[in-house]
Amino acid sequence: MKVPVSITVNGKQYDKMVEPRMLLVYFLREELALTGTHIGCDTSSCGACTVHLDGKALKSCSMLAVQASGKSVTTIEGMANGDNLHPLQEGFHMEHGLQCGFCTPGMIMCAADMLKNNPNPTEEEIRHGLEGNFCRCTGYHNIVKSIQYAANKMQETA
Amino acid sequence: MVPSKFAYHKPTTIKDAIALLTAHGDDSKILSGGHSLVPVLKLRLNDPEHLIDVSGIESMGGIRDNEKSITIGANCTHSEIANNAALKEHAPMIALAASMIGDIQVRNFGTIGGSIAHADPAADWPAVLLAADANVIITSVDGNRTVDVDQFFKGLFMTAVGEEEIITAVSIPKTAFNKNSTYVKFPQPASRFALVGCAAAVANSDGYVTEARVAFSGVSATPFRDGNVEKSLKGNVLNEGSIATATASVADGVSVMSDHFAAENYRKHMAGVYARKALSALS
Repeated sequence: MKVPVSITVNGKQYDKMVEPRMLLVYFLREELALTGTHIGCDTSSCGACTVHLDGKALKSCSMLAVQASGKSVTTIEGMANGDNLHPLQEGFHMEHGLQCGFCTPGMIMCAADMLKNNPNPTEEEIRHGLEGNFCRCTGYHNIVKSIQYAANKMQETA
Repeated sequence: MVPSKFAYHKPTTIKDAIALLTAHGDDSKILSGGHSLVPVLKLRLNDPEHLIDVSGIESMGGIRDNEKSITIGANCTHSEIANNAALKEHAPMIALAASMIGDIQVRNFGTIGGSIAHADPAADWPAVLLAADANVIITSVDGNRTVDVDQFFKGLFMTAVGEEEIITAVSIPKTAFNKNSTYVKFPQPASRFALVGCAAAVANSDGYVTEARVAFSGVSATPFRDGNVEKSLKGNVLNEGSIATATASVADGVSVMSDHFAAENYRKHMAGVYARKALSALS
């Protein structure tokens, strides 16, 4: 039996009827067609599905949509401000932080949470903070540089 | 992967949650952060007909700093626990273990109540709660009962929680050994679960050990304290020599797990290595 959920995604409230067993990542991808959030391992290891729930990074394959009802979700589609990329998006662009790009939305959403709690992380803290996000193309070298780029930029403009 | 169908309930009081549990019995499961249960449901290792979401029950949240103990609500996330000042001061291994669970995302939403109810033998909580002499507060229609953590973990994914009961809090006593405590782990590289997790808590008087508590996650199907290590340390000065003697045969007489990540003899060896790391950090 479907139940009502009311979830605010990227600032817009959506009221939908869903099955209680629907995972949040499917709600975002299939109900709202926000396909920037990826499904990778589907076992809460890889972090490709990372979004923010009430401002905190979450693996959206490990939460039911009903659990998010009444709460606020931010996805990669909600990070840019119009045509202005978020500093993390700009960082991944400038520092070549991606190859195939599959892990990138999750990397950016996890890094955004990391930088919120630690605006000026060391390289080691960045690498440690990414332990829940897998990249299978490049290794993590340029991803770390991308996050450092964003941290510097966000500190300059803060 | 998608779970089997179930009905979803979201009570706002413990009383209502217990009424739902009583009505649905073993066809129901308690959901808090969902970071243990949702993966289980997705794999269809369990297919309850009713999910009772207790995350909206306010009295199950928050960390209370009491005179002789610290009470952690079952709904507290690992991240809340890792950042709590009272726990950092009075039981540093509790905050430290919380900061080492999974990753940022899992720590943001996984809860202590959910994790210990799931009772994965490779989870981090069992070792530190055993070393801390914690109590688990379990609530039913008959009221609260307090279970010593030594009696809580019963085996692989098994606990002392009855079918119509809910874990509502965990209590950490303020003791000398908890004040001087640490946790170290040898994580499986992808999942961050403990192949070996060792919690050590040591009280000293005039430089001599008066009480030592040393417990392990990940080593056996049932997390355990190693009484031989604890007894050997008592009355000695904690130093390289006493630690080496005490940890010469860690997990003796314990049924050590063996899997494709770590064979039995390797795991047992690493339990000794991590016991030495933990105790050395306190010496």
